[in-house]
Amino acid sequence: MFTFEELKRSFLVSIWFVFLTFPIMVIRVDSIEKTVQWRWMNMVYVAIGSFILSFVFRYMMQRKEMKSEDNGDGDKKDKTGRSFIHRWLADPKYRNAILGSLLAAAIIFPHVFSTYQTSIMTTALMYVVLGLGLNIVVGLAGLLDLGYVAFYAVGAYTYALLYHFFGVGFWVALPIGGLLAALFGILLGIPVLRLRGDYLAIVTLGFGEIIRLVMENWGAFSQGPSGVSNIPRPSFFGIDMSLDTALVYTYYLMILLVIFTIFFVNRLQDSRLGRAWIALREDEIACQAMGIDKMKTKLVAFSLGAFWAGIVGVIFAAKTTFISPRSFTFIESAIILSIVVLGGMGSIIGVIFGALILILLPEYLRALSEYRMLAFGAILVCMMVFRPQGIIGSIRRTYTYQNRKKADGEVS
Amino acid sequence: MDYFIELLFSGLSRGAIYALIALGYTMVYGIIGLINFAHGEIYMIGAFTSFIIATILTILGFPGLAIILLAGLAAVIWSASYGYTIEKVAYKPLRHAPRLSALISAIGMSMFLQNYVLLAQTSDFLPFPQLVPDFDFMEPIAHIVGSSDMVILVTTTVVMICLTILIKYTKIGKAMRATSQDRTMAMLVGINVNRIISITFIIGSSLAAIGGMLVASHIGQINFYIGFIAGIKAFTAAVLGGIGSIPGAVLGSVVLGLTESFATGYVSSDYEDVFAFSLLVLILIFKPSGLLGKADTQKV
Amino acid sequence: MQQPILQVSGLTMDFGGIRALNNLDLDVNEGEIVALIGPNGAGKTTFFNCVTGIYAPTKGEVDLYHKEKNRVVSLLGMKPNQVTEQGLARTFQNIRLFSQMTVLENVMIGRHCRTKAFILGALLRDKKTMQEEDEIIQTSHEILTKIGLQRYENEIAENLPYGAQRRLEIARALATEPVLLLLDEPAAGMNPQETIELVNLIQEIASEGQSILLIEHDMKLVMSLSDRIFVMDYGKKIAQGTPEEIRNNPAVIKAYLGEEVDA
Repeated sequence: MFTFEELKRSFLVSIWFVFLTFPIMVIRVDSIEKTVQWRWMNMVYVAIGSFILSFVFRYMMQRKEMKSEDNGDGDKKDKTGRSFIHRWLADPKYRNAILGSLLAAAIIFPHVFSTYQTSIMTTALMYVVLGLGLNIVVGLAGLLDLGYVAFYAVGAYTYALLYHFFGVGFWVALPIGGLLAALFGILLGIPVLRLRGDYLAIVTLGFGEIIRLVMENWGAFSQGPSGVSNIPRPSFFGIDMSLDTALVYTYYLMILLVIFTIFFVNRLQDSRLGRAWIALREDEIACQAMGIDKMKTKLVAFSLGAFWAGIVGVIFAAKTTFISPRSFTFIESAIILSIVVLGGMGSIIGVIFGALILILLPEYLRALSEYRMLAFGAILVCMMVFRPQGIIGSIRRTYTYQNRKKADGEVS
Repeated sequence: MDYFIELLFSGLSRGAIYALIALGYTMVYGIIGLINFAHGEIYMIGAFTSFIIATILTILGFPGLAIILLAGLAAVIWSASYGYTIEKVAYKPLRHAPRLSALISAIGMSMFLQNYVLLAQTSDFLPFPQLVPDFDFMEPIAHIVGSSDMVILVTTTVVMICLTILIKYTKIGKAMRATSQDRTMAMLVGINVNRIISITFIIGSSLAAIGGMLVASHIGQINFYIGFIAGIKAFTAAVLGGIGSIPGAVLGSVVLGLTESFATGYVSSDYEDVFAFSLLVLILIFKPSGLLGKADTQKV
Repeated sequence: MQQPILQVSGLTMDFGGIRALNNLDLDVNEGEIVALIGPNGAGKTTFFNCVTGIYAPTKGEVDLYHKEKNRVVSLLGMKPNQVTEQGLARTFQNIRLFSQMTVLENVMIGRHCRTKAFILGALLRDKKTMQEEDEIIQTSHEILTKIGLQRYENEIAENLPYGAQRRLEIARALATEPVLLLLDEPAAGMNPQETIELVNLIQEIASEGQSILLIEHDMKLVMSLSDRIFVMDYGKKIAQGTPEEIRNNPAVIKAYLGEEVDA
């Protein structure tokens, strides 16, 4: 495989990237001190890195092309060769064992690991729920929402401000935050869901930024850039909790929310509504011709996604006890999108894995954490180019008939 | 009255910068139907490259005019190369994929480039040397119109004229127009579509690089994040004018520049970005085809 | 005379300055197979799009008579999904399947407008919802069996052979329980064998009392299937009648100048 031709190509790619990255990677100047720093080692890294990566790139492209060529064969493979996770979960014996042990692990986690670990895990779980919520919008209904963080912010600010102005507690704020976010979703959705996919993406991005900028500038309402602090942690029947206990409590709360969300999304995607979402993602016009109300169906997906973001927003405010507009930048939306894309659009297990990988990995590999956003960007590109279905793609459900007699034969 | 004229000119020069960036969006969209989300980053890289080269040349003691020209040339060369490479790596493999896949890839590219510059250079704001001197002949009106405003306006006008000539009268321009109307058909009549797409990216990126240098020198500082906001605003301008339309992009940019300038001048500067974003949301909702764009009818 | 189930009168559609449809009248009676033919660009698909609510016609009336409910509804100004709900289902000239869904799911989508379950039902999976879900699966399965696609049921739609994809479009449309089925060039791109199978299929569907309006280029197919034929050219109706009358109509022969009209 390492023919001369290949080596030459990689060599040329390598030269090109050395040239391309030269000013940014090699030179660093200080315009005040009037000094120039030449970092020649970076050039070597780029040369070697791009040489190797160009092989990888070509290899991956070839593999992808080969796959798309023997398509007829490919679907047979799909049936038997679907990822082992799907096969395990399809078998009830394995499924119960896996889910049971996962649940047990989740329950004992805070007792085995430190508070710090629990706190990180809680954050990761929040992203699991955010990912699952965005998955309804992007993965199932195919609506690219780049302003998802706006709904998250609505939830967080709802709790923060309700407490600040009226002393409303966590448990009251939780549903209000969710519902208010859903309401924002509907209000924004009605005008913008008519738009074509890419325009929708940009409008939601704009909306997300507007919400953040308003929070930043409307000091009287939101306390501006300095944010809202001293937000109380979740309460438990009014019992006073130490910081550690409160954290563990929040963790369990998140576990419950994750379970509920999985249950919710799973049931929805296997329903009449879920099928309509997926159909809408595939072909809007055909969908309408099948009698599906496009706007209504989209609006439900959009506002349900927003609802989840709102709920997590409230929990986020309660967990960190301090929020400011800086927590709700576009980066946040991009992270959640990366989770969904990496995991696999429309796939629940995929999104869970995606969230755990993307949030936990940088936490534990501290040395790499500054490369986090760089990696997220690269992940989005690589996933789209090489594996658009994500690490664990969704599979279509197949139905079986027990030849039961038609349920009383009525058509409602 | 002076204040009004001052705002007018600052709005125009703002608009001129937006136009330089917006053209890249609109040309790429016209040809491959993709919102090139990483375009703002190309502009940012243009600003950084010109900053680095200009600083080195200043240290070496080059004369002012040479610095401007060489730094500008370097910005154009490198930005164009980045544009070309990005297309090959992140968009070309997705040419037959669903629209949203390419858009997600573009968003990823944008994040990647931002952080690439952040890590390789710095996260701080860098003071950008003032490349454009205060001209003597501008002295009497300097309190209203700055020299760099003037340079921006003149440069942009010249660039626009060149671009118009290129698109209207050259063979490449014709091929570009043909490709944007019907890619398959263009291919059938023997146009090398891949090459045309590459050229489009190169031209768009070069324009953004010029914009990057001009604005950096005008404002006096840069950081890795300037591309994001500028990109969204330029995109707003492109949509306002009607995305895919070249005169539309210029018109949209001028309208946006003036709106921002007057709104911040007369209303409040706190909400500067809110104006632009609100304008974006409103146009897309009420007139997604923009001022000069064609409304697209759905083919069934 | 019996009540026509579809009555279109004076339908006109302008695109900018171009008149794509010009004062078109057309009617379909119950149980009939009616064909709409005409040279390329005559406005046939535009006609379908106007009737099904994808385009808003400039002028004209579109009325659908619902026999079971014994009432006439005007389809004008309705959204495409409402039109389908009223009982007009269609297929598309260039196949528009939900390509990543299974064949069965494609048909199940067709049941959407005849079922009700929503968020709460999906969550609770109460008895009513589950019955409805069973009904959806069962009916879809039956339709696929009738169309002869049951062996593909769990395949991804995109992987089906071309002819089967066309049939799946018909199956999907039938799942909406249409009063009138609109077929937009169902035989386009099919080989002779597939076309024969398609003719048999359409006849079988029609024999169960399904009224059909179809656009088709294949004259053989049109002549052998249709009870009545409407001929369009440049957005106007130039002839109508039985296959026999159309075959001998000089205006039609002129419109098809150069094209053989044999059967």
